[in-house]
Amino acid sequence: MRSIGKKLYLACCFLFLYAPIAVLIVFSFNESKNRATFTGFTLKWYASLFQNELIMRSLFNTLIVAAAASIIATVLGTIAALGISGMRKRMRSAVMNITYLPVINPEIITGISMMLLFVFIKEIFHLELGFVTVLIAHITFCLPYVILNVLPKLRQMDVSLYEAALDLGCTPVSAFIKVVLPQIMPGIASGFLMSFTFSLDDFIITYFTSGSSFQTLPVTIYSMTRMKVNPQINALSTLMFVAVLVLLLLMNVRKKPKGVHA
Amino acid sequence: MKGKRSMALPYVVWSIAFVVIPLLLVVYFAFTDKNGAFTFDNLSKIVHYLPIFAKSINLALIATIISFLIGYPLAYCIARSRTHVQRNLILLVMLPMWMNFLLRTYGWMTLLENEGIINKLLGMIGLGPFEMINTQGAVVLGMVYNYLPFMVLPLYSILVKIDRSVIEAAQDLGANRFQVLCKVLFPLSMPGIVSGVTMVFVPSVSTFIISRMLGGGGNMLIGDLIETQFLGGSYNPYLGSALSLVLMVVMLLIMTVMNAFDEDDMEGMLV
Amino acid sequence: MEHEKLLDLKNISLSFGQDKILDRINLYVRDKEFVTLLGPSGCGKTTTLRIIGGFQTPDEGDVLFEGKRINDVPPYKRKVNTVFQRYALFPHLNVFDNVAFGLKVNKVPPAEIKQRVLKMLEVVDLKGFEKRRVTKLSGGQQQRVAIARALVNQPKVLLLDEPLGALDLKLRKEMQIELKRIQKQLGITFIYVTHDQEEALSMSDTIVVMKGGEIQQIGTPEDVYNEPKNAFVADFIGESNIFDAVMLKDCLVRFSGHEFACVDKGFDANQPVDIVIRPEDIELTAPEHSVLSGVVTSCIFKGVHYEMNVSCEGLDWMIHSTKGRAIGEQVGISFTPNDIHIMNKMFKGAQNEILGEIIAPNTLSMLGCELNVQTDLPEGTKVNVTIAPDAIEVVSPDQSHLIVWLESLIYKGRYNELIVYHMETDSEIILHSMLDEQVATNIGIRFDESRLILTAQEVESVEG
Repeated sequence: MRSIGKKLYLACCFLFLYAPIAVLIVFSFNESKNRATFTGFTLKWYASLFQNELIMRSLFNTLIVAAAASIIATVLGTIAALGISGMRKRMRSAVMNITYLPVINPEIITGISMMLLFVFIKEIFHLELGFVTVLIAHITFCLPYVILNVLPKLRQMDVSLYEAALDLGCTPVSAFIKVVLPQIMPGIASGFLMSFTFSLDDFIITYFTSGSSFQTLPVTIYSMTRMKVNPQINALSTLMFVAVLVLLLLMNVRKKPKGVHA
Repeated sequence: MKGKRSMALPYVVWSIAFVVIPLLLVVYFAFTDKNGAFTFDNLSKIVHYLPIFAKSINLALIATIISFLIGYPLAYCIARSRTHVQRNLILLVMLPMWMNFLLRTYGWMTLLENEGIINKLLGMIGLGPFEMINTQGAVVLGMVYNYLPFMVLPLYSILVKIDRSVIEAAQDLGANRFQVLCKVLFPLSMPGIVSGVTMVFVPSVSTFIISRMLGGGGNMLIGDLIETQFLGGSYNPYLGSALSLVLMVVMLLIMTVMNAFDEDDMEGMLV
Repeated sequence: MEHEKLLDLKNISLSFGQDKILDRINLYVRDKEFVTLLGPSGCGKTTTLRIIGGFQTPDEGDVLFEGKRINDVPPYKRKVNTVFQRYALFPHLNVFDNVAFGLKVNKVPPAEIKQRVLKMLEVVDLKGFEKRRVTKLSGGQQQRVAIARALVNQPKVLLLDEPLGALDLKLRKEMQIELKRIQKQLGITFIYVTHDQEEALSMSDTIVVMKGGEIQQIGTPEDVYNEPKNAFVADFIGESNIFDAVMLKDCLVRFSGHEFACVDKGFDANQPVDIVIRPEDIELTAPEHSVLSGVVTSCIFKGVHYEMNVSCEGLDWMIHSTKGRAIGEQVGISFTPNDIHIMNKMFKGAQNEILGEIIAPNTLSMLGCELNVQTDLPEGTKVNVTIAPDAIEVVSPDQSHLIVWLESLIYKGRYNELIVYHMETDSEIILHSMLDEQVATNIGIRFDESRLILTAQEVESVEG
């Protein structure tokens, strides 16, 4: 009996989590713009989606920003984590407090504070709101996630591994590449992945730092939702959901543990 | 490994330039008028907006409590499933998060509309139509929906670590289900509860999208207010900064209180 | 009689999916008794304890407590308490609150709680530790808190699941004495689970030896040590020399090529048996003074005695003596009839008898695998397959004919005797190997196909 109750509860929770997504997907194939009755099957919203230049351009912008921001943040953050792990306690906790700031601050505050900065220094650096400001903002909110992923790996790592490599004749640089890097690689990888997905997904901070000339996909989506009825949004949602699902399945197949016995 | 510390230098410079200085700018603007002179006006004007603050905190609190009530049993069910089932369930919880929250919230707009699907289904059994969209309830629903995974994940990760034998020990000593929950599970999962509550409350209280999309014009929250000072019609970054500063201070206070729950030395307590 | 049994397990069986964890366990425990469940990991001892504690419900059988069936009574309503393997202390409570937990949930008045907790902390030697965090205590102190927490509820029975497993040797010895003292002082029944035979021997009133979900022997420490029921018990408890032998008639046994007088009776004439002789019962003499003589192959000083191996007519003997001998020295091995213990074989028959079928020319299907054999039996013939224990080899799983569960491994002075279990067909197989393998794991075995002896089931036998 208890296990039936448990299953029912799980089912209700997942119904709640997936209901709006299911609705979006179903109505992306709906003939009419009506959002409550299904009048007939069509793919025309998908066709018009791919012809929508604004959406395509902002998709491109999003990918460029996400790739650039996550790569730069990963390199900068990994180096920073190495430095932080060598710091003494006082110094380290000071730096870590700054690192936590963008994580715990409400996003809107991070967004408006950076907007203030960019507007403030506009005259000095001739920096208009656009690609560069969005990139800087994204690197800034990605950095903590890289550091917070790499630091624990550095802490778990046995210091004597590095020393053993030196003992066996490695130079510090080659010891780092051959011994330290492989050890902390999982942390770097998950830091990179988190950065990439957060950057892809970010709306609030981009919204405040992008200005009018440069739009990422979430910003475009936002302006589309302001225009109430637009089935292209449904089509876009469906495609994004499928993309995420495929990615997850691929990752899962790769990670599947081998030879598990019951 | 001499000179290793200096490797953090680029990052520290970056953080000061793009995290610390912007926040100092918020403080600076909050105490400045249009002409750049020092003033308390911006802060004193906030008194007019106290109802909006109260409403934001109120709705965020309700959303947090509901998230906890839904999320705790959910996390517990998942944590007590078999290992490979656990992995799949957690993936299912996280999957919606990878879809942009604007799209998911848009999905709820479709569901909740006056001529939307829920009203249509209710109409078929002779109920409604109900006024669901553009209400406070819809805003709370949007918050719960968007941030529920943030509640479930930290709770799950702490609940799986609680050794089953600790629960069995409590039963062995005569505690019934309810006593096990109150006297063992809750205290042991406190760190997860604190981070789950924080991770739902912080974005809920400062949101401006959910309220705008699901709450209509009549449910302005503090996030909307700040947003309109920077990008909306009533451009006034000085007042906006003052509002942000107050929001930050309020958050800081709440987090301090929350952390007090969690300050006990918990290390080594989970096997 | 019945009222003497405080706790009675009747025909308890339990399976997890295909795995049979307990197989018809029958066991009773008297009031104030110290009972130890002893066995290797995976033998079902912890599961038995969990059934008594109420954390697991048996598929079949009854758990009786003071004569009443308690199968469906939840743990929190049972008058037993448990000391968990890794203590399972509540990390968010201090020492006092941990110990007081059971009393508080049972609504005992605060004044009484305080008095009982303090008294119990005194019993376990933790006076003055009330306010300490349990996470800050040493392993031994945590152990004492766990014991106090269980005992303060004045249970009728205390269940202890390998409570000393996490402690180092010296502390373990101390705690053994301590536990025995507490048990005597409070007069509570202890049911104690361990895989450490020394611990079991030194603490228990009764030892229950388990293997593969079955009880092998129940008896006093002296009984199980001096009169082991089978080779498994003899091997598991104490050091031993275990050899194959044949019982010629009452009080006369033959092994190592000679006949010896013994004191056991009641076996069939010429029945194959196992014998055990404890290493400390053997005396080394001059070679000419003894029937058996051999060469010392190793001699290790163990503190109280020397442990020597003597190779004698192809058998490897282990001998404990206070006097060491030089390696290579010729010695005589001598023992009295009293020192020979005769035991029934664990595996019936000296060879494996398995049913099979010829499914294609020269192809035998047996135990779910297909083997190439030389035979002129026609397809479809049901056959009895006889396989000698040394015609089976232990191999890596990818080269094996069958994956089997290793139930027991006993050194017989010349080879290891392995008894393995094939779950899919529910059959046991005996084999000899020179290799040591981990008991209670899966291993791969391979049949020597040229040495399978096929006998058609109705027709006369045809050699393969």
